[in-house]
Formats: sequence, structure tokens, C-alpha cells
Amino acid sequence: MGASEALTDPSSLYNVGNNDLSDTETVLNVRNALASVQNGESDLLYDQFVETIQINNRSDHALGAQLDALLKALSGSVACIDVNHHRRILSGIFGMSLWDHKPHVMDSLMDLIISLAATSGKYLDNCLNMLIRHFVPPPWVIDRLWQGRVIEQKQHVLSRVHGALLKISLLVPLAPSRLLPMLAQQLPKINKKDQVVVIYVENLLKLENSSIGQVGGGMIFMMVMERLRDLDLEIDWDDILQDDSNRGMFDMELEDAMNEGDELPVGSLNQDTSGGKIESLDKLMVTCFDHLESCNLHGRLDQVFEKLFDSFENFILNTYKSKVSQFLMFYACSLDPENCGVKFGSKLLDIFLSSNKPRPTRQVSLWMSAVAYLASYLARGKFLPVSYVASMLKRLVDECADYCRTCNDDIRPEAHQLFYSGCQAIMYVLCFRMRSILDVPRFRSELIPLESILMHKLNPLMVCLPSVVAEFLRQAKAGGLFVVSDSFIFEDLLESELSRAFGGCERLDTFFPFDPCLLKSSNSNISGNFIYWSMVRPTYDKDDDEDDAEIIVNGDEESDEEDEGDLDYALNKMSITPKHSFKNNMERERLMKMPSMIRPSTSPESL
Amino acid sequence: MEGLKLTNAELMVYIHPSKSGNKLKAICRELSSLLFQYDETFDGVLLAFDVTVKSKGAKILAGLNPYFGVKVEASLLLFNPKPNSLVEGKIVKISPETIHVIVLGFSAAVVTDIDIREEFKYRMRNGEDCFVSSSHKRHVLKVGTMLRLQVESFDEEVMHIAGSLLPANTGCVKWLEQQSEEALHMDRDDHKRRKIA
Repeated sequence: MGASEALTDPSSLYNVGNNDLSDTETVLNVRNALASVQNGESDLLYDQFVETIQINNRSDHALGAQLDALLKALSGSVACIDVNHHRRILSGIFGMSLWDHKPHVMDSLMDLIISLAATSGKYLDNCLNMLIRHFVPPPWVIDRLWQGRVIEQKQHVLSRVHGALLKISLLVPLAPSRLLPMLAQQLPKINKKDQVVVIYVENLLKLENSSIGQVGGGMIFMMVMERLRDLDLEIDWDDILQDDSNRGMFDMELEDAMNEGDELPVGSLNQDTSGGKIESLDKLMVTCFDHLESCNLHGRLDQVFEKLFDSFENFILNTYKSKVSQFLMFYACSLDPENCGVKFGSKLLDIFLSSNKPRPTRQVSLWMSAVAYLASYLARGKFLPVSYVASMLKRLVDECADYCRTCNDDIRPEAHQLFYSGCQAIMYVLCFRMRSILDVPRFRSELIPLESILMHKLNPLMVCLPSVVAEFLRQAKAGGLFVVSDSFIFEDLLESELSRAFGGCERLDTFFPFDPCLLKSSNSNISGNFIYWSMVRPTYDKDDDEDDAEIIVNGDEESDEEDEGDLDYALNKMSITPKHSFKNNMERERLMKMPSMIRPSTSPESL
Repeated sequence: MEGLKLTNAELMVYIHPSKSGNKLKAICRELSSLLFQYDETFDGVLLAFDVTVKSKGAKILAGLNPYFGVKVEASLLLFNPKPNSLVEGKIVKISPETIHVIVLGFSAAVVTDIDIREEFKYRMRNGEDCFVSSSHKRHVLKVGTMLRLQVESFDEEVMHIAGSLLPANTGCVKWLEQQSEEALHMDRDDHKRRKIA
């Protein structure tokens, strides 16, 4: 640009009353100051600039105006800033925080940052880091998050930060790939008191929704899933659940209370012995649920689901102690049953069936975990149509039948872990879905090979978890699927030596990942789509106060808690399955109830 | 556009034994990890590649994991804008002090006001920022224009080009090409006139 006159009087730069001072002149002053510092001279004006930038006083309007003018002038002189000679002013700029300033200063600062990032590659990383730091609000914001003006300030800051990130990624196409590792680095560690990680994850998910998410969405989900899992594992669930010594192993009341959304009668979960982590995890889950819901509203859930499943497969599938994180997948499936719901089941089944293909490594635990997830999912997903459940069961049945034909003679349970997991999965699903499956003749006929599988010399009925087997047999007998000799009635056993043997050290025999969610807010999102054991209508009569009626047509059924609109229920009403009433009270008590929530064994050998 | 070159290279790609089932996929994966990064050996940023596996045999490295090396022949598309070469890109943002350009969709280029020649003046027209040439009213630079600029320097780490519009052969590509076509026409006409005369 052409030559200009330099103003020699430094103080006149900030003469706020002097309206004649134009932007161009301010820019020229700034450029001259920068140039003289670059030449090695010390410059009063430059020192003044550095001081102005370090001012933190929001209430002083004059100072705010000065800062604003300076930032605007700096934006216009970005090319004159040298990374070596102007370190002081640069470190001042990168040390500034939007949280401390008024909106008009925020705008000027963002313009400056965008100019710096786009004009020279040397400042790009610093600019991105500075922006990401805003995802963690200062303590005074976190302590007062309910106050109106703090909420407003949060909105001002975060909207500008996201806007700046998007503009930078437009001007510098490779910026998102540099941004992602920085996001991972600045993710807050698990801190007992602060809810900071929730705000950070909120921002991460907002980024996922933007154009940056097109490039880095997968990595963002990995970060979030990993943090969820880590928080989940930090919480000592066993400690909390077993607090009340009066509770039995089968916590029917717990799930009923959660069903109604009441305050939990249990004192144990209210005693937050985990130090705020339960609350953090709960809030994190709800944040993620909200994000998934907004993805669904925008029609992106299908695309997002792939990335979500990848991070699930990476972090959650082979973590057997997580109690809550897996519900992210459950929720996503419930939002879009025809696409995501179906895909989830199919992918899990594929992982289980991949055990047949020649592979360089044997990942038995992963395959067993996949089928356990599939079983729990098919049993608990209210939104899954019976036809889908039946088709998945058929494939499992066929797979087990194939195994029976081609297996070797080794009788140890450890040698046939996949087979037993498959059988147990089939039985578990049928405990929940027996009635609806048997009501459709086509589905019933697909289960015919099951009898020969269960009667095979490998003896899955003895090896699989006794509680599951007992309930299954009871329902199978009542439903007329097939009848087994009475020698399989167990004592009040949850597990046995043999089931432990096939379950392995991770205890995959007692692994039911979609057992009721224990977190209050998260559960309120899930419960509408979740099948609780109390909602299940088994083929035998649960409550046998009724008369021994042989045929019921549109009779008065006892279960009011059923969802009236449920198709299964309507079918059941017209069922003519003979009811076996267990008139003998003693026998009724002896036969076990299906455990609604199976917890890890209390015996000493288990983990 | 200068700075782009297509070269052939003979490469040895080392693959982990677990990937022996699908070698081509593993080779592509290895080479893909080098995309959009500056490589000293290639002397440029790798933009695209095409591989063919040359020999059936492979050399096995001794060691804990017996990686095996497959010889491949690859044609590589490399980008290395040397100083004073010309590149072209689309303008994405104009401000009174800078013009921001994106070259080949991935490289950010910036021309600052010091490097814009005198004839271009900043104007605001119809709410749009643009640079208009004072000597040729038709020569306008605005958002969306394809710009030809001269490379001053290239930051390999961030793929950032510092450009200049000082030389006369830089500016809006469309306008420059129109100019050179007209010049060609005029030359022919001149020739004809001279011949007749």
C-alpha cells in the first residue's frame, strides 16, 4: 500500500473523544510500532499494546473500547506480526479468554484469531488450542451455571468459538485434521467435583454436528465413548448395589420403582459413595441421548450410527464391567428401529458368526460377548418386531445345530464356549419372548431343531446358567414347545460349576449387558422402550389365583401393567394355550422366578 | 498450473504378516497414510497414487514380527510449489488487507496487501468485498473467482502458501486468458494487415 504519515504522539492513539481518528490511522500506528520492535528498537506504543491486552477488567468501558480498537487494528496488520520478534504480544493474545470480556470485544478477538490462523501456518496450532481451551469454562462459571446472566455469557462465548472454528476450517482445509488430536488432549480428566467434562462433551458433540464432524465425527465418538466407559468403570457398582443386605438376588422392587419413575426406595443408590461420578455419568449419558435425538431429527442418525457402532465395538463390546455406557446403543436403536435397530442386531450376529471364518487370531471372548449382547438386546428391546427376533433366533439355532453336527468329542465345557454361549442366548431370549414366538406357527416351526440341540451329548442344559435353563424349561413345557424330563429342575441356583467353566474368567455366563439401567435420568429415557421382566407374560401363569380354566377367550387377564397397545398382548388375550396352574403352593415357591437383574456371583472365586 | 508433477517410483512396502490375506489393501493403506503430507524422499506433497505389484515374491525381514517387503511400482501425483512458480486457486474470503485462496481444495493460500500490486484497489460492491483493477475495469477479484498467484513461500507442515499478486501475469484466470486470446487475435489481424499492405 502507499506511503503514510506516522503519528508521533503515542497517547493520541487512544484519544477516545477524538472521533477523527480513523481505523486506517490506527492500523498504521500499530504497524509502525510492530515494525520498530522488529528492527530491534524498543517502542513505548508496543509496550502499551501488551499492557492493554492483559487487562481483565470487564466493567471499565473505556478500557474495553481501547482493547476493541487495538484488536481490530491488529487484525488488519496480521502480516506485519513476526513470530519471533513479537512474542510478547502474541502470548498476550493467545492468553486471552472470551469468558472475561464483553461481546463486542469477543467479536474483535475472534476476527483476530481467524486472521492469524488463516494468514500464516505458524499460528494455526496456537489459535486452535486457544479456541479449544474455551470448552472448559472457568470455575466462576461452573459454580453459577443456574444464573441467567452466566447462561447468557456461556451462549455468547461458545457460539463465537464454534463459529470461529468453522470459519478457520473453511479458510484452512486441513485445520480439522490438526484439531482432532488437540481435542483429545484437552479432554478433562475424570474429576470428582467438577461437571466440566459434561460441558466439554457437549461441545464435542456440537462439533460432530457441524462440517468438522464430517471429517472427524468418528474420532469424536471414540473420545466420548472412551470417557463414558472410563467413568463407568470408575464407579464401584457392586459396592452400591449390595448395600442393602435385606435385598435378595432378584431385585424386582428396584425395577418396578424405576418403572414408575418414583424416588428409589433403596437408600443405597442415594448414598452417593462414588463422589459425584454417578451424577456426572448420568448427565453425560443424557447429553449423548439428546445429541442422538437431534441427529435423528435431522435425518443423520443412520450415518452417525456407523461411527457410533465402531466406537462401541472398540471400547464397550469387550469391557464386561460397564453397566451403563452400552445404553447409548440401545437408545440409538430405539430412535430408529427399522434401520439402526436392525443393523445393531445384524452386526452383533456377524461378529458372533465370524468365528467360523478362518482368522489369524481367536477372539473367543469377543465373540461370546457379542452373542451375549445380542441376546440381551433381543430380549429387552420393546421396539423390535417379533419377526425380527424370530429371524435372529433362527440363525442362532441353525448355527448351533451345525456345531452339533461337526463338533469333536471333548466333553469339557471350556472347549465349546461358543456353543454354550449360543445356546444360552437362545434360551434367554425365549424366556422373554416365548409366548409371542410360539403364537406364530411359522416362527414355532423354525425352533424345531432346538430340541435336538438341547438333547445333544454336549448337554447344554446342564452347562448353561441354571436360572436361565430352569425358566426356559418351565416356559417350554407350558407352551408345549417340548417336554423335558424332570431331572432338570434345579434348586435355587443362579449359577453352577459348569456354567462358570464355560463362562471363563470374565464370567460371560452371567453377562447380561442390557439389564435395567441404574441411573435415574438415563433410565427415564430408556424405560419407555425397555422390556422389564415384570412386563413379560410367560407361557405359564405367573399369578395363579385364577381358576383352572382350560380355555381363555377374551378373559379378564390379571396383568394391568401391560401396555394396552401391545400387539403381543392382544394376541395373548385370544390365546387358547392351556394354563397350568400350580395349585401346590410349595411347588410354586420352589420353582424359581426368573431373575430380573442378574448380578455377578457373590461366591469368593468370582471377580 | 505449475507445481504439480506426476512421477513413477519403485517402492518397497513392508507389510505385517496378519495382512498377508489381502496384500493390495495393505499396500494401499500404507500409501494412504502418506497422503496430504509432505515427504522429503518424494520431494512434495503426495496427492494421489496408483500402484501395481511388480513381483510375486517378497522379502521377509528377520525380526520379532516377520514383516515382508513387497516391491511395487507406483505412479505418484506430487505437489511442490517452488518459489516464483504460479498456482491457481479459488478465492474464499476477501478483506481489505488479505485475499484468502484455496488451492487444489486442500492448501490454504494467502495474499496480503503488501503483495497486491498497485492497480488493485479494495472496493465494496453490492455488499461484497472485492478488488478491482484501476486500469482494467473488467478485471475484478471477488469470492469465487479463480485466481492465479505467484508462490512466495510454502509451509510444508501446514500446506500453507504465501502468495503474491505483484507480477503482471497474475490475477483472475478467466480475465487473463481472455486477454491472451485477444492478444493472439490482434496479432493475426496485424499480420493480415501487414501482408495486404
